[in-house]
Amino acid sequence: MKYVLMFVETEEFARELEEMSEARRQEAFEAVGRWFAEHAAQITHHAHLRPAETATTMRSTGGEAIVTDGPFVEGKEVITGYAEIEVADLDEAMAIARSWPACPIVEIRPIT
Amino acid sequence: MTDPPRHRAHAELARVVREHTGRLTACLVRVLGDFAAAEDVVADAVETALRRWPAEGIPAHPDAWLLTVARRRGVDVLRRQALHRDRLARLAWPVPSEPDDRLKLVFTCCHPALPRTAQIALTLRTVCGLTTAQIAAAFLVPEATVGRRITRAKRKIADAGVPYRVPAESELPDRLGQVLAVIYLLFNEGYLTSAGDRPYAADLAGDAEWLAAHLAWLMPRQPEVLGLLALIRLHQARTGARFDPAGGLVLLPDQDRGRWDREAITEATRVLRRAAALRRPGPYQLQAAIVACHAEAATWEATDWPQIVVLYDMLLALAPSPVHHLNRAIALHHHPGARGGPRNALADLDALPDADRGALRHYPLYHATRAELLRALGRSEAARAADRQALALSTNPAQQVLLHHRLSWD
Repeated sequence: MKYVLMFVETEEFARELEEMSEARRQEAFEAVGRWFAEHAAQITHHAHLRPAETATTMRSTGGEAIVTDGPFVEGKEVITGYAEIEVADLDEAMAIARSWPACPIVEIRPIT
Repeated sequence: MTDPPRHRAHAELARVVREHTGRLTACLVRVLGDFAAAEDVVADAVETALRRWPAEGIPAHPDAWLLTVARRRGVDVLRRQALHRDRLARLAWPVPSEPDDRLKLVFTCCHPALPRTAQIALTLRTVCGLTTAQIAAAFLVPEATVGRRITRAKRKIADAGVPYRVPAESELPDRLGQVLAVIYLLFNEGYLTSAGDRPYAADLAGDAEWLAAHLAWLMPRQPEVLGLLALIRLHQARTGARFDPAGGLVLLPDQDRGRWDREAITEATRVLRRAAALRRPGPYQLQAAIVACHAEAATWEATDWPQIVVLYDMLLALAPSPVHHLNRAIALHHHPGARGGPRNALADLDALPDADRGALRHYPLYHATRAELLRALGRSEAARAADRQALALSTNPAQQVLLHHRLSWD
């Protein structure tokens, strides 16, 4: 089955990342790189998104599309990237998500 | 007008569905690899039986008949989705019954990706064949709520790819608690059933004991698994004395303790000691210890009430629950010390937070217990009112008879 892991960043996590020393931040990035390498066999596609300020949201209500600036929820939790994986079942998807070394929330969704 | 063969066929089908649906569904989930499809296929088979049994007669092996029809429908389903060739090949052969099937199904139903309340409802419905009405009674919630929880959970299992297997050792801590809760609820429903015309559903209670024993065999070093097994066996050991020859309920103080299965009690306390030796106390071990206090007392009067109150205090600290609080009040009623007696017990119940009292309001034993305490305090009018409330809520025939008696005595 194919799933998308959506990486959700929180304000707190962004602050922590900012307050890190350059060396620690480098370590954190390397951990992410290692994670992608380790699961390369399952990851079919992945992307990092531009920051939330670059988002534009279209909301259609009553046949009318309303365009707003920014992400669809007020930015306390923002999706910053995603990876598409191909695994046997939800348990395998959860095992991969559990080992994700960066931002604190991962939403797992099957792809139809 | 109902013609007798039709009636008999329907009654037999109801029995087979109740006893075998869990096994059939588990079996078909294994071969089809699809939870929702397996359920549909079993439902189709039941519908076919409903049409054909009254006309053609009840088959010699009704559960095997259902499995055959369900499997044939399964083949149709897979043919339509021609890509599942390997599964189709498996279905073509007779399906061997795997003893683990139902256990796997329990772990699937209790997957952590499902909401907790749905896990329990789904297991009781799918594995154990309980009706939504029975589940609602066990949970103290409306039937429609249970129905919605089950529907949503089934959809998620199918769509999100929840796997069908017994989880690995490392996943167990996450998963075991819900599985134990399900087995215990199943046992409770069997022990004092809320649907049908019989007070005790031996098959449900037996299923629960089997599941607990099987789990204990798979996980001999999980103290709460052993605790639950001991708890169920201690209750089962007293079954022979719980009903009079007419099927009426006999309360603990009036039971003939000579009819308790002493050997089973000794065996269950041995399991409990094995659990205690692992030094990780938990709610099931504590509840088993309380039942062991009752089982080991020579008479009702000789029961170690202070010890039972202490065990309830530990239990409430670990697992606060309105029902545990109610049971502690009963022990307090009989406690011989200054802090015991009906007045303290009633004060204790009436001091429960509103949320707990709200949850207990639909629970017949809450009103029956209040009636007992009020009667002990000489407040017979209030006691009768509480008994009447209990009677209005009770759906168990033996419990109803007992409450009727109590109301006609005073």
